[in-house]
Amino acid sequence: MTPTKAVWLVARRELNTRLRTRSFVIGTVVILVVLGGYLLLQATLVNGADKSKIGLSGQTIGVAAELKAGASQIGETIETVPVADPGNGRQQVAGGELDALLSGNATELRVLVKSDLDEKVRALLNGIAQQQVLNAKLVEADQDPAQVMREVDSVQVQVDRLEPADAGSGQRLAVGLVMVFLLFFGIQAYGSSVAQGVIEEKASRVVELLLSTVRPWQLMAGKILGLGLVGLAQLVILAVGGAVMASAAGVLTLSGLAAGAVLWGVVWYLLGFFLYATVYAGVGSLVSRQEDAASVISPVTMVITLGFVVGFNVMIQSPDGTATRTLSLIPVFSPMLMPGRIAAGTVAGWEIGLSVVLTLLAGAVFTWLGAKIYRNAILHTGSRLSLRAALRG
Amino acid sequence: MGPAGADLELDRVSKRYGRIVALDAVSFDVKAGELFGFVGSNGAGKTTAMRIALGVLAADSGEVRFGGSLLTPEIRARIGYMPEERGLYPKMKVLDQLGYLAELHGLSGAEARRSAEHWIDRLGLRERRLDEVQKLSLGNQQRVQLAAALVHDPAVLVLDEPFSGLDPIAVDVMSEVLREKAATGVPVVFSSHQLDLVERLCDRIGIIRSGQLVTCGTVAELTADANAQLIVSAPRADAGWAKALPGVTVLDEEPERTVLELEPAVDDQMVLRAALATGPVREFRRRQPTLTELFRNVVTEGRK
Repeated sequence: MTPTKAVWLVARRELNTRLRTRSFVIGTVVILVVLGGYLLLQATLVNGADKSKIGLSGQTIGVAAELKAGASQIGETIETVPVADPGNGRQQVAGGELDALLSGNATELRVLVKSDLDEKVRALLNGIAQQQVLNAKLVEADQDPAQVMREVDSVQVQVDRLEPADAGSGQRLAVGLVMVFLLFFGIQAYGSSVAQGVIEEKASRVVELLLSTVRPWQLMAGKILGLGLVGLAQLVILAVGGAVMASAAGVLTLSGLAAGAVLWGVVWYLLGFFLYATVYAGVGSLVSRQEDAASVISPVTMVITLGFVVGFNVMIQSPDGTATRTLSLIPVFSPMLMPGRIAAGTVAGWEIGLSVVLTLLAGAVFTWLGAKIYRNAILHTGSRLSLRAALRG
Repeated sequence: MGPAGADLELDRVSKRYGRIVALDAVSFDVKAGELFGFVGSNGAGKTTAMRIALGVLAADSGEVRFGGSLLTPEIRARIGYMPEERGLYPKMKVLDQLGYLAELHGLSGAEARRSAEHWIDRLGLRERRLDEVQKLSLGNQQRVQLAAALVHDPAVLVLDEPFSGLDPIAVDVMSEVLREKAATGVPVVFSSHQLDLVERLCDRIGIIRSGQLVTCGTVAELTADANAQLIVSAPRADAGWAKALPGVTVLDEEPERTVLELEPAVDDQMVLRAALATGPVREFRRRQPTLTELFRNVVTEGRK
C-alpha cells in the first residue's frame, strides 16, 4: 500500500465519523441560527436607528417643521406628534412610545425624556431655541431674519480628502471581525479535535494496532487532513450561509466584499490549520488518558485565544493602527488577523505576502517539531511524557 | 511480499530503555506452519520482542526477517497482530472497524468488507455487527480483537497474550483458529501465562528471562534436558527415607507418596531397591517435568 493511500484511508475515516455525527450537524445549525439572529437584529437596528418620535404640546407644535428640516440635515429622522394633554404625553414617554415630549414655547423649550436625551436631538433643540432668540434680536436690529439666514447658510466649510471617501468602511470592518471570529473558532475547534483524536487512539490503545501497519507520520497526516477538511467544510458552510443571510437582510450591500472575504478566509484557514494542527497532534501524543487532555490542549488554545481577543479589540479600535498591523504579521496570530484586515480593506499587498511567507515558515518548523514529538511519544503509555523527553526521543 | 509458508526469524535482537536492558541478543525463529509459544514472567521482554517483530518498535541492534528478507512496509501489512493492551475504536461499529483495519492492511474496499463479514460469521458476531464496540461484552470485544488480527488474511500472526480474559469456549475457538491458520503455512507466535495451554497447543516454545532467551525447543526437547522425576509410593517407609540417597532431591513427601528429582547420572533402580528395603512398593513411576515445573525451575534459577 502506498503512503498516500494510507494517509487517505485515515483521513476518510475521520471524514466519515465526524461529518455524520450529530454534534457536527447540530453545531453548524446552531451557529448559523445565532448568526442569522444577530444579522436580523442588526437589520432592525439599521432601520430603526436614528429615528426618534417626539411629542409636541402647547406652543411647541410650531417648531415641528424646523425640527424635521434640522434633523434631515444631520441624517436623523424625527417624527412629530401633537400631544393635547401633557399628562397623557408624560405617560407615553414613561411607556417608551415617545422618545421625548416638548413643552413651553419656542424660546424656552422644555424637554421631558425617560432618562437620557439623545445628544443630537439636544443640539437640534438648542439650535431651534437659539435661532428663535437670534431671529427676535435681528428683528430688533431692523434686519430681515430670512435674508440674514440665507447669507449665513451660504457659507460652508470646504472639505479636502487625502483618501477617497469610503462609505462602506463600517461594513468592511464588520465582515472583517466576523472572519476573525470564524477563523479563531475553526482553527481552535478543529485543532483541539486533532489532539482529542490522538488522545482517543492512545487511550483506547488502538494506536498500537494501527501502527503495526501504517507509519506514525501517515497516521498523523491522515488525521490532520481529515479533520482539516471537516473544519473547512464547516467554515465554508458558515461563511457562505452568513454572507447569503447578510445580503438577504440588507446588512451587506457592498458587492464582492463577501466573496473575497470567504476566499481569503479559506486560504487563511488552511494556513492556520497547517500552522497549529501538528502542534496539537504533538501535545496530544504526550498523554494517554482523556482526563489529561485539557492540560496539554489548553496552553495551545490559550495562544490562539490571546491572539483572537487582543486582535479583535485592536481591530475595533483601529483597523489600520500600528498594533493591528504588527500583531497581524506575527505568524501565530496572522491566520486570524490577516483575513480580518483583508476584509476590512486596511492591508497592503506586501503585508499579505510577508505574512503568508512567515506563516508558512513557522508552519514548517512547527510541523517538524510536532511530528518529532508525536513519533517519539505515540507509543509511550502510562504517565504524561514531558515535552523535553518527547523531543529527545 | 513475503509468501505464506515463509519463516519468521529474530536474529540477535537487542533493545535498551535507558539503563534497562529489555532484550539482550534474542534469536529464535518461527517456522512456516508452526505454533510457537513465547513464555516468560511479566517484564521479561515478551511484549518488546513482539513489538520489534512487528516493526512497531525499532531494535537497537539485530534483525527481523520474514522469508529471508528484512521487514518492508509490504511485509508489515501482512502481519496479523493482537496487542496485549487490547484496543479498538470504542465508538466505531464492528463491521466498519474490521473493514477499515482490513483496508489499512492493503485490501480493496470490497475485499475488506467481504473478509470482515467472513470473520464476523466465523467468530459468532453476526448479531452484533452493527453495534459500537464499546457496547459489546468483554468476551465479544475479544472476538472482535481476534477478527482484527485475522481480517486481512495475514501471512504471519503475532499475538500478545491472546488467551488472557477469554472464557473457556472462547479459548477453544481461539485455539482452533490458531491451529487452522498454522495449518495453512502461517507462522504463528503467541505469548501466554497459561502454560498448560502452551504445552498442549505449541509445536515449539521459547522461555525468556530478563531479556534473554533461556531455552527454546519442542516440549519434548525442553523436558528431556530437565532432570527426571520419580513418583514412589512406599506406605511403610519412614519419613525422610530417601533423603540420604546420593544425587536425589526430595521435591515432595506425603505419607504414601514421595516425589523425587534425580540428577542425570543417577540410576533409578538404586532408588527402587532403597524403597523396597522399607517394605512393599505400590507405585513406582518415572516422569518428565511439566512445562509449568520447568518454567518454575528456569525462572527460579535466574533469581539465585
